[in-house]
Amino acid sequence: MIDWRLNLRAVIGRAYPRIIGSFREPSWLFFDIFLPLLGIAAFAFYYQALGAPSVFIGFVILGGAMTAYWLNVLWSMAAQFYWEKEVGNLQLYLMAPMSRMSVLAGMALGGIFFTSVRALSTLTLGMLIFGIEIKIVSPGSLLIVFFLTLFALYGMGMMFSSLYLLYGRGIWHLSSVFQEPIYFVSGFYFPVKALGFWTALLASIVPITLGLDAMRQLIFAGQETMGFLPVNIEITVLVFLTIAFIYGARVALDFMENLGKREGRLTLRWQ
Amino acid sequence: MAVNEHLRTIRWAAWLGWQMESNWTNPFLFIIYSIIKPITATLILVFMYLIILKSVNADPVLFSYMFIGNAFYMYVAQVLFGITWVVHEDREHYQTLKQIYIAPINFPVYLVGRGISKIIITTASVIVTLAFGILVLGLPVNIWRIDWLLLIVAMILGLFCICTIGIALAGISLLTARHGAGINEGVAGVFYLFCGVIFPITFLPSWGQSIALFIPITYWLEFLRRAMVPETVSISGLVNYSAQEMTVLLLVSILLFLFLSLIILKYADFLARKKGKLDMTTAY
Repeated sequence: MIDWRLNLRAVIGRAYPRIIGSFREPSWLFFDIFLPLLGIAAFAFYYQALGAPSVFIGFVILGGAMTAYWLNVLWSMAAQFYWEKEVGNLQLYLMAPMSRMSVLAGMALGGIFFTSVRALSTLTLGMLIFGIEIKIVSPGSLLIVFFLTLFALYGMGMMFSSLYLLYGRGIWHLSSVFQEPIYFVSGFYFPVKALGFWTALLASIVPITLGLDAMRQLIFAGQETMGFLPVNIEITVLVFLTIAFIYGARVALDFMENLGKREGRLTLRWQ
Repeated sequence: MAVNEHLRTIRWAAWLGWQMESNWTNPFLFIIYSIIKPITATLILVFMYLIILKSVNADPVLFSYMFIGNAFYMYVAQVLFGITWVVHEDREHYQTLKQIYIAPINFPVYLVGRGISKIIITTASVIVTLAFGILVLGLPVNIWRIDWLLLIVAMILGLFCICTIGIALAGISLLTARHGAGINEGVAGVFYLFCGVIFPITFLPSWGQSIALFIPITYWLEFLRRAMVPETVSISGLVNYSAQEMTVLLLVSILLFLFLSLIILKYADFLARKKGKLDMTTAY
């Protein structure tokens, strides 16, 4: 029988250090907010140098803001159990009586909180500094797309987390490899449609591809022709991806935990 | 005598770094890993270019400017970040930083040694990226026309400069948590924005151009471009600077950054010892 109260406390307990951690050193807020903006500004100036319409700068800023979530999912969700194993916390999680999914959910919740600070500030400052005009088509749809993207993305991170659990540095490097290639195929800095239908379709397995595409269509009215698929279809696929990844995370976690226990790899460090 | 000790530290730190970077998988997978990342990072910029200008031939000088700048910027991103990450890796992952601290070696020299393995790997990535640009995308670089002497001298000076900046960031990393990697990313962003990596510095506001002229990476990239595609000088914003003037500016700014880096590392080291942060773990 599921003890919902215990699991809820586990969610809050795991989210707590991430939320408190983000306030522990207020100076980091400066670095987290302003410094990432510089890299994004470089892409914006690049578009200016190419003579691109200003809406492309808006695309870059939105994509740049969303990179924060992808980085968080890769390094602080997917790789986190591996990291916990390295520093010796994993065995404590496994000994505790709550569901492991609660730990992952808490990790995601805390991650979403401190990443949102960076993403939203990047977005707001970027749009203000570069004077990008926003015309939101449907605020309700935008919110739905944003949260569905996060649910699906963090669901994917939860699933990766369990897959990463058993492996060592090879997986650590895989995270590193996933960084730029996903920026590219998911169209973080240009409309994903430009990559062609089949590449964009394959890239859609990463929820941020469709999420970004839908958000661009909803934030910059009149740019729908640059969209890959109609927003309604993208919302439907995101719902499907959310369910699939969270279910997949649960199955993978059970499987990997049992395998890890059998092979004695859950406490194996520095491999 | 001290020089010999430093050289020995560099040699063994580089060996250690290489082992840590490359022993996790088979060589084929390692090569794939080393190739995919830089090429896709470059393709982002290439696609942005093609979406707007449709063809490389639309503005080959601007394309060369962007491509060469971005290819060599990998050294900044990889080596700088690599040296900085040594602190997190040794302190939290392998928990050996305290042993390194009490070993009879010079810590900044150890960091530079670890950076050398990153330089080797990044060199492979840069060569692959440039070859991809020349062979697949039609980057107008003629290897018979490259000023090799200028290229080699610029590379030595530039890599020394990147290592000195890395030492400063490693110092700051002694005081930050593992997820404080945003600082590294941000500092790399400063150079990416202000040093004319992918667009000429003339597109920056005047105060931004002043910052660009203060940072040695700007001159380093300009030297590399002049060595490979001299035509890019016409759009770089540094057309009025002769090679001699730029050499002086590069050397002066490198010395200044070296001095600043050592001060930052020394102060961060003092604070880290005082606050007991040399063996902290931060698994948020």
